[in-house]
Amino acid sequence: MSRPEDSLAADVHYDDTEARKYTTSSRIQNIQASMTRRALELLDLKSPSLILDVGCGSGLSGEILSAVDPSDGGPHTWIGMDVSPSMLDIALQRDVEGDLLLADIGQGVPFRAGTFDAAISISAIQWLCSAESSETSPTGRLNRFFNGLYASLRRGGRAVCQFYPKNDTQRNMITQAAVKAGFGAGILEDDPGTKNVKLYLVLTVGNNGGEGGNTDITGVVDGMDNVDVLDARKRLKANNAQLKKGSKAWIVKKKEQMERKGKIVKATSKYTGRKRRVQF
Amino acid sequence: MKVLSLNFLTCAVKACKSSSSSYPLHPRDAELVQDEIEVNPDMLVNVLPRLDWAALRTTSSELGFPPLPEQPPTQEELRADDKLVRDLHHLLLETQISEGKLVCANCGHEYAVKEGIANFLLPSHLV
Repeated sequence: MSRPEDSLAADVHYDDTEARKYTTSSRIQNIQASMTRRALELLDLKSPSLILDVGCGSGLSGEILSAVDPSDGGPHTWIGMDVSPSMLDIALQRDVEGDLLLADIGQGVPFRAGTFDAAISISAIQWLCSAESSETSPTGRLNRFFNGLYASLRRGGRAVCQFYPKNDTQRNMITQAAVKAGFGAGILEDDPGTKNVKLYLVLTVGNNGGEGGNTDITGVVDGMDNVDVLDARKRLKANNAQLKKGSKAWIVKKKEQMERKGKIVKATSKYTGRKRRVQF
Repeated sequence: MKVLSLNFLTCAVKACKSSSSSYPLHPRDAELVQDEIEVNPDMLVNVLPRLDWAALRTTSSELGFPPLPEQPPTQEELRADDKLVRDLHHLLLETQISEGKLVCANCGHEYAVKEGIANFLLPSHLV
């Protein structure tokens, strides 16, 4: 699979021809539409909201936001940001309903605090992982983006970012930047292990409407069909349970540690860690 | 560029983040166009508490609209008043700045607006 992210910056890659190709390809249109619908399902918006579309491009995802049926809580109003003028030009020609902004998400999100109910991003944030000049670093760009996004969402808001990481390093880099910015972050993987795998980074800000319990992704996917929750954090907590100092289990653990270091350790027997009888 | 978006936009320059005068951005040499958009009262009621009413008053007077009341309506008042909904809808969503500039009062940076799209790209030394 070709990755335009590796060779060029987003605004250079999406020139007039590339932007037109991207928008008119029915295959890309279909994939984008289904991903947008999935993201909307994850956002779970109940009433008409103000949404930020990060990397809106020619407005393929925005169109779906404007077209949400009133019975499903739509239609939503959206503001789109993109770095490619050619893409925005096509969005203008297609006469999309949202407001458009020519801005680089790696430079931050220029909205005041608590502006949006939700944010959506389809196939965009992996572009942050490639820096086009020596003055900027991928980490710096990611941090500026997630800090800006965190501030511009209202408390209880959600953001869903679908992205294509190149490898696990990029995937971790993106999630760590999101967690560092203060988001409750989790990744939803659709069709895992296949060629069509799709990753959705689900970000939550603050408490989600006081449902109680989980406010992060596990709360988001709660009640969805065909979702397996793999929570790496729970296992970590169980392992951290402290052994009582001086107990038999603690002594055995220490002996194993010493043995691994290559020290000579007495064999463990039924007398290990036992108190001596009181003599008097 | 809708007036609604303008009410939420701040100056993107890093040095302006801490200054209160960097918001709102002031439109200059603005050419306005009116668009017909369907009224969505629920959206307006939802957004109302988040609007900065003082900034909206400044913007609307700068764009030459009749002055807005000093205090913002409450959500219930807005829900009940059909004319108010239509007026706000006209100002926030149907009025668009098609050409012109947005100027930050703090650093004086000018963001050009062309064909309704504001250019928020910054040279790297300002990020």
